[in-house]
Amino acid sequence: MWQFFHKLGSPKWFYGIASRFMPWLLGSSLLLMVAGMVWGLAFAPPDYLQGNSYRIIFIHVPTAFLAQSAYVMMAVAGIVTLVWRMKLADVFVKAVAPVGAVLTFLALFTGAVWGKPTWGTWWIWDARLTSMLILLFLYCGVIALGNAIADEKSSARAVAVLVLVGVVNIPIIKYSVEWWNTLHQPATFKLTEKPSMPPEMWVPLLVMVLALYLFFGWIACLRMQNEILYRERRSSWVKAIMGTGNARASAKVTD
Amino acid sequence: MHPQRKRRLTIILFLLVGLGIAVGLVTYAFRQNINLFYDPSQIAAGEAPADVRIRAGGMVEEGSVERDPDSLLVSFNVTDFKHSVTMQYTGILPDLFAEGQGIVAMGKMNNDGVFVADQVLAKHDENYMPPEVAKAMKGKSPAADTSTN
Repeated sequence: MWQFFHKLGSPKWFYGIASRFMPWLLGSSLLLMVAGMVWGLAFAPPDYLQGNSYRIIFIHVPTAFLAQSAYVMMAVAGIVTLVWRMKLADVFVKAVAPVGAVLTFLALFTGAVWGKPTWGTWWIWDARLTSMLILLFLYCGVIALGNAIADEKSSARAVAVLVLVGVVNIPIIKYSVEWWNTLHQPATFKLTEKPSMPPEMWVPLLVMVLALYLFFGWIACLRMQNEILYRERRSSWVKAIMGTGNARASAKVTD
Repeated sequence: MHPQRKRRLTIILFLLVGLGIAVGLVTYAFRQNINLFYDPSQIAAGEAPADVRIRAGGMVEEGSVERDPDSLLVSFNVTDFKHSVTMQYTGILPDLFAEGQGIVAMGKMNNDGVFVADQVLAKHDENYMPPEVAKAMKGKSPAADTSTN
């Protein structure tokens, strides 16, 4: 009885809760993003060695950071899918994978743009860069596998297994710069030590990371809502929403 | 927790640990190939293969950079503070190249024990600071003078 309720009720409940949070997520994210961007690009001091070109760090680090933490979140959702068979967890994985892929691409792209003037090369096959490229392929694999299997349940399980297998790559990305010789420098931020940059640089960076987290929360909610509407398109509550002419929802349902 | 879910969770955790160990062993076995470059100590110990293009990296020794007045030939010593290797390079060095700065070079050892590089990449560390702070900390070291880059 409880299971039945849980399965039917959960997506609808999430849909409502998400609608309430989303304006706040988007608003605070945009506010912080503008603040962090202006602060980082215009007011933070230049670096003693790289001058102004280091400022791409204010985009590079947040995207790379979030690309990895999105994957960890997907892995947690993958465990929930496999153990508890919760539909919403699979909705999360499917909704977030393309976002993670875009973030990973942005991290690689900004890294290449940064690498050319500082290192002297766009790309090098060192452990950090290669493992990050593998992360991009993992995201693409998750998207492809999810779309390749029509049956909702088997698709959810297959994707969850792939996500979990890929999660070993995350510690490899994180520690690649410590385990091996790489061209990429070690992390500026460590959990146990003070960051190796002054506050007038790391505070705007932290603001940007926070802003991107909030933005990720918003876009995850938006995409999950779409996915829920599509999956529950035959249920009465979705039909009721459609009947009232929810413009946002109609986009996905018509495809 | 429901016994069936508990069983599934244990299976997943076991699989993850097993997978982690497997990948750990593989990367450990491949560590020499994953390392981007040999450091001077490894070259001195003969770990780097001769007559093969390899990457070597380390810190450019202070006061070792010599530029040929008639060409783009530069020679410098690269050190890891235990051993050092003399390198030669003909070409334009990256902006961040400076004494006391990390580099990674691609090239071959010649018979005189000199590393002839055909590509030099600059490596920078994880420390960022405003130019004033760097100047105050380093006094008049060459690295601080390149702040106009």
